[in-house]
Amino acid sequence: MRDFIAQHIVPTFRNPFLRELSDSSHLPRRVAFTTDSYVVDPIFFPGGDIGTLAVNGTVNDLVVSGAIPRYMSLAFILEEGLPWDDLEKILRSIKRAARRADVQVTTGDTKVVRRGQADKIYLNTSGVGFIVAKPRLKSIRPGDRIILTGTLGEHSLAVMLARSEFGLEAKVKSDCAPLNYLLPLWKKGVLWMRDITRGGLASILSELAERLPYSLLIEEEKIPLSRAVRGASELLGIDPLYLACEGRAVVVVPQKQADLVLQKIRKNPLGRRAAIIGHIDDKIGKPCELLLSTVTGGLRLLEPLTSELLPRIC
Amino acid sequence: MAKMKELRDKSITRALLREIEQKTGSLSRPVRIMEVCGTHTMTIHRYGLKTLLERAGVEMVSGPGCPVCITPNEIHEACLDLLTEKENIILTSFGDMTRVPTRKGSLQTAVPARKSWVKIVYSSEESLAMARAHPDKEVIFFGVGFETTIPSIALTVKKAHEEGLQNFSVLSALWLIPPALRAILQAGETEISGFLYPGHVSTIIGVKPYQFVADEYGIPGAIAGFEPNDILLGISAILSQIKEGRPKVFLEYRRAVNPSGNPLAMAVMEEMLEPKDAFWRGLGRIPGSGLKLKKSYAAYDAQIKHKLRIKEGSGDLPGCRCGEILRGLVAPPQCPLYPEKCTPNSPLGPCMVSFEGACYVYYKYGRQ
Amino acid sequence: MCLGIPAKVTHIESSGEGKVDYLGTKVRVNFSLLEDVKLGDWVIVHAGFAISELDEEEAQETLSLLREIAKEQGG
Repeated sequence: MRDFIAQHIVPTFRNPFLRELSDSSHLPRRVAFTTDSYVVDPIFFPGGDIGTLAVNGTVNDLVVSGAIPRYMSLAFILEEGLPWDDLEKILRSIKRAARRADVQVTTGDTKVVRRGQADKIYLNTSGVGFIVAKPRLKSIRPGDRIILTGTLGEHSLAVMLARSEFGLEAKVKSDCAPLNYLLPLWKKGVLWMRDITRGGLASILSELAERLPYSLLIEEEKIPLSRAVRGASELLGIDPLYLACEGRAVVVVPQKQADLVLQKIRKNPLGRRAAIIGHIDDKIGKPCELLLSTVTGGLRLLEPLTSELLPRIC
Repeated sequence: MAKMKELRDKSITRALLREIEQKTGSLSRPVRIMEVCGTHTMTIHRYGLKTLLERAGVEMVSGPGCPVCITPNEIHEACLDLLTEKENIILTSFGDMTRVPTRKGSLQTAVPARKSWVKIVYSSEESLAMARAHPDKEVIFFGVGFETTIPSIALTVKKAHEEGLQNFSVLSALWLIPPALRAILQAGETEISGFLYPGHVSTIIGVKPYQFVADEYGIPGAIAGFEPNDILLGISAILSQIKEGRPKVFLEYRRAVNPSGNPLAMAVMEEMLEPKDAFWRGLGRIPGSGLKLKKSYAAYDAQIKHKLRIKEGSGDLPGCRCGEILRGLVAPPQCPLYPEKCTPNSPLGPCMVSFEGACYVYYKYGRQ
Repeated sequence: MCLGIPAKVTHIESSGEGKVDYLGTKVRVNFSLLEDVKLGDWVIVHAGFAISELDEEEAQETLSLLREIAKEQGG
């Protein structure tokens, strides 16, 4: 997907905003603008539904780019035959999520397609926010700390369970949530933030590493994992570092301010299990590398996810 | 029984590495240990043990125990043919196999025939459940595995037979470890100081099948579990055998392996399957190294039921040196296709496809 | 080729199927490859089948050997 965007989309629409390749574009007059489409299957899962995802996903893209989310468009593509009850449930979820994230749905669109032309419901949300801070990737230096705001992979696991795959049972709910509570941290020294979505922690951090002339070193022992995710991922042979979340972020902050920022994150219920999991480094490994110091003291190179995460027998 | 933290404890890991280093220090020849099982390769890399072991004087070589690596292309292609040409089928498979690229694409990327689809399963039982739930569809299970998995596949066919299911069959690629070890040793080409034997295969076949390696070839070995300290303990035991000049089969994984194996599992294998000469990617034809369904269960053998024509040895890509790499003879950089033409994103051979494949691992971690 | 996880038996049905629990996650498992499986036993689970029973005593032997090595090496 990244190759597709870099090789086809960017050259086609040559402009300085797109070239940034960030999830939110920063436009003139301090406006941030982002869009995302949602095709999750199944549409309902423990802890949320496609509606909750659609709001929080777009809100979070704005927050991690340094903008206060304000307004949102909402577009539906509905498959003929989708039960009204389902649609109403999703609408209520969207309303609740929008209220929680303090955004207003101001415009939208609805299309109905024939049975079989879409899988129940697809959503698109575009969000507009007002820029209050600029991520400072170029100011990141060795010694800066990497904070993870909570446990990994609950969203992925919740979706897997909702698909009743693999005969698994676990008490897990999607971590889908708005990250607005992180906004004030931009004024506390935070240099860069990213929400952890598809590809998981390892993908997000290795993409960051690729953009820096330093290496990133994270410690396996410090990474918060819920018991359920730990159990399910080991049973299936899936690496939790690559599991998608929908309400977690990584935050890069200079060492001096790290403890204070961590404290503030932990004050919010969503950030209860936040932890400093690593730092930027210039002695270990090579530039652009993401390295994991394993629980046994070894070192492992982590790279972005290139294919679907599937259970293994081997 | 729950915690067993010692098996992953960092200070114990350090102690084991020190013990290993002391032992290798007193030996006159370099130590090369072949870990036979793909899951051992995975664990070694997951915990970053390869470099730690190198520093302690042990070079690890990956062996043929990787189902993705040794299942020939032509079998994958037969599977793909079924999916892309036969309508109204559900092709079920373990996740591992679906990434393998062939000249016809992979199970993940191929476009199925009308009303056909792929379902990833964690257990062969799920395939059976699909067959029961979709009586109007033909369900084919791509059953690939070693002795650890073979009994469960055999049991699944047995159940299908008992229930009289008409819409279920298995495209099987069942591999046996001891004959492959013998083939590697008979080829005599490589300097292996010891073998780390597969812990879970051993829960099925026990300890005896590896004895010939010590008795006939004088090479030490240990059956190890899958926690990092299991592996190091096994390696340390191998080094002691080298030092003392007394090769044997040491059982490190005593908590899970019954020395005589699993009788029920072996019985169902005996009941449902018979030996065959299997063609291993990279190793060629090895007598008695595979299993197939007995003739009385031909109705559940997808190769027979769906009249698949599988031409052995036809699937390998020109220039690919996976065969020699699988035998530990050459390292990935010596393959002409590595690293430009054959990469993790566009793999050409099994050693690059599998996350445990020597070339994939070298590409990702070899620079450490 | 051997991804197997130690898990505790929580349900057994007469059909030979049941469930095991690993760190709170339950998975559906077939016990037909083992004899005499009881509730509370620990088994190795591979691809939805229990392939071996864990022996508590043998486990303790391995664990104490590991602790001994750590002591010897002054770790």
